[in-house]
Amino acid sequence: MNQVQFKQKHLLGLAELSKEEIELILSTAVPMKQIFTRSVKKVPVLRGKTVVNLFYEPSTRTRTSFEIAAKRLSADVINVTPSTSSISKGESLVDTAKTLEAMNSDIIVVRHKASGAPHFLARRASSPIINGGDGFHEHPSQALLDLFTIKEKKGDIKDLKIAIVGDILHSRVSRSDIIGIHKLGGEVRVVGPPTLIPKDIEKLGCSVYHRLEDALEGIDVIYCLRIQTERQTHKLFPSVTEYTRLYAINEARLKLAKKDAIVMHPGPMNRGIELSADVAYSDRSTITEQVTNGIAIRMAIFFLLLGGGRSVQEITD
Amino acid sequence: MSRKLLIKGGIVVCPAQNIEEKLDILVEGERIIGLKKDIRDKEAKTLDVKGKLVTPGWIDMHCHLREPGREDIGTIESGSKSAAAGGYTSIACMPNTDPVVDNQMGIEYILSRAKAVGFIHLLPIGALTKGLNGEELTEISTLVEAGAVALSDDENSIMDSYLMRRALEYMTMFDIPIIAHCEDRNLSEEGCVNEGLVSTMMGFRGIPSIAEEIMVSRDIILTEFTQSRLHMAHVSTKASVELIRKAKAEGVRVTSEVTPHHFTLTDTDILESNYNTHFKVSPPLRSKEDQHAVIEGLKDGTIDTIATDHNPWLDMEKDVEFIHAPFGIISIETALPLIFTRLITPKHLTLMEAIAKVTCNPAGILNLSKGTLSKGSVADITVIDPHMELSITQDFFHSISKNSPFIGQTMKGFAVYTLVEGEIVFDRHENTFYKRH
Repeated sequence: MNQVQFKQKHLLGLAELSKEEIELILSTAVPMKQIFTRSVKKVPVLRGKTVVNLFYEPSTRTRTSFEIAAKRLSADVINVTPSTSSISKGESLVDTAKTLEAMNSDIIVVRHKASGAPHFLARRASSPIINGGDGFHEHPSQALLDLFTIKEKKGDIKDLKIAIVGDILHSRVSRSDIIGIHKLGGEVRVVGPPTLIPKDIEKLGCSVYHRLEDALEGIDVIYCLRIQTERQTHKLFPSVTEYTRLYAINEARLKLAKKDAIVMHPGPMNRGIELSADVAYSDRSTITEQVTNGIAIRMAIFFLLLGGGRSVQEITD
Repeated sequence: MSRKLLIKGGIVVCPAQNIEEKLDILVEGERIIGLKKDIRDKEAKTLDVKGKLVTPGWIDMHCHLREPGREDIGTIESGSKSAAAGGYTSIACMPNTDPVVDNQMGIEYILSRAKAVGFIHLLPIGALTKGLNGEELTEISTLVEAGAVALSDDENSIMDSYLMRRALEYMTMFDIPIIAHCEDRNLSEEGCVNEGLVSTMMGFRGIPSIAEEIMVSRDIILTEFTQSRLHMAHVSTKASVELIRKAKAEGVRVTSEVTPHHFTLTDTDILESNYNTHFKVSPPLRSKEDQHAVIEGLKDGTIDTIATDHNPWLDMEKDVEFIHAPFGIISIETALPLIFTRLITPKHLTLMEAIAKVTCNPAGILNLSKGTLSKGSVADITVIDPHMELSITQDFFHSISKNSPFIGQTMKGFAVYTLVEGEIVFDRHENTFYKRH
């Protein structure tokens, strides 16, 4: 059934994946999601395997999502959250990797504030590495669950128009989403003040807008990014109030997009800043579905990296 | 009786004298006493260099030894060996050691260690400000008298325009230049790689080319205003080259250098390296367009010299996440093959032009009576086999640190003999260093 073999050893970013590999992950997540509706939400695929969640940055939803995904596949999960004070230098990353190696972990999910840290581990560890978000670089599992959600809502991603709004500069989610949507044939518009748009981003296959109103015309999907209020120290925009005035998605602005446009957010959201509360909780918002889909996608990732080439039907039937 | 050495059968390339022909060189003691065809001398020991190129000893205006302070990374001895193996007979070392070379004692220490080590000439660069603090000028006349060949705060680019103006003005009464690392540190702060598609794709804050160009502009304006002179270190961007070209045309006394890695590599190589920290260097590797511009700058003379910015770091220090890794590449042992294969072979520079960039040009900027094979001059000589091929492995390097982005490649063109004051200090065939007597 699935003609494409998943040949990647690690999941480091969407930049490393082909269109076919992305589609394989998305299609593998479909039967995974069906497991959720069963009374016993667990399959014995990864019994005896050990998943290590190595999170150098605080995260509740991503870490929990990986944990639930692993447990639904019957793996054992270890959460390692080194105290942030002792890990500001990389030497301990090498040491931690070696330690985990010695404990025979089967797969390591790593989140790190240094871009490229998962690649650094991948060069040293013998077990597969999943990038759980690195610096401003990539957050592949988030982008894959976003793509999955868009497909569920809109069918094919090809020719869809998607606006990503906000702090593109500091967003690993936006980079992975842009790459993924572009590979699947969708059109991406990034929207934000010039100071929050990284240089040459259009070369990744997107167009750049500064006026939200211009960008929303004909849009199928509005993707809001979290604004990191502490970044204001970098003098990138005058204030959160001004940001909200220019870029918050509210009822009035939503009307500028297509009638059936959906609104997405990777969470956690600053309610009333990126999104008005009425939009966030409306039926146009996919925020909670993204969370559910995140588990299915992460199950698919674990399965493809650790499942030993078994077909997905074999385990879900 | 002084010992004699006859260097026989090679092609002499001496841009200072505009010579490129098959000549023999007769050395007596530490000086060249003959340079002509078919010299015969029964008393002389003969060094057969048939088929090799014989050039004045190479001069590197910009390198980092780690002594004093970080002898675990690199010493004056290991740095001297690296340089000799790279074909260099004189190297100017930056003062950002620990302690900083900002007084007479620091200069004297380097000179005396170089003498004790006994391989090549070390040309100490003194700090421009005390402790490289960017606030207070060093005792400049003392540094000059002690033997400083230039003054620089190197990577601690002088942000205070007032101080830079006064420093340039004050320096007009001495014969040595200031070397400026042009970087507006407010613009480059926290950056890791060149700002552009690569920084965006890798998820790094970028170091914009304007961080360099603004300071190049400022320093040109200050140099002209003060009627002083200034040497600009490791120029890396297209607009910098254009600014210097224009300044030179208008008679401003600025000179400049480029490193081998900036004419060889681009930021795309970092992307392809998959976060290999050996590609992390300051200024950062720039775009293809910038790379092309620095080569054009070398061709038309806007860029006077090739300097290595040899900068050792331990594996332990480089083997970390990219953002935490220090900036720097060891480059003194691979400069020669890169100059041959990247500049001479593709005919960007003639052999004569390229050799000028590492001999008489840096000698001129630093006011040294070096960089020539003329009769009577000190016999600092580099003998090159332009066809020799070697694989660049960790073991290839004589440096204590091995932080080179070129490990794994094969390179062509190497120094086979390096002679200082008439004595062989490095012999590639034996892979042996010899202390001078």
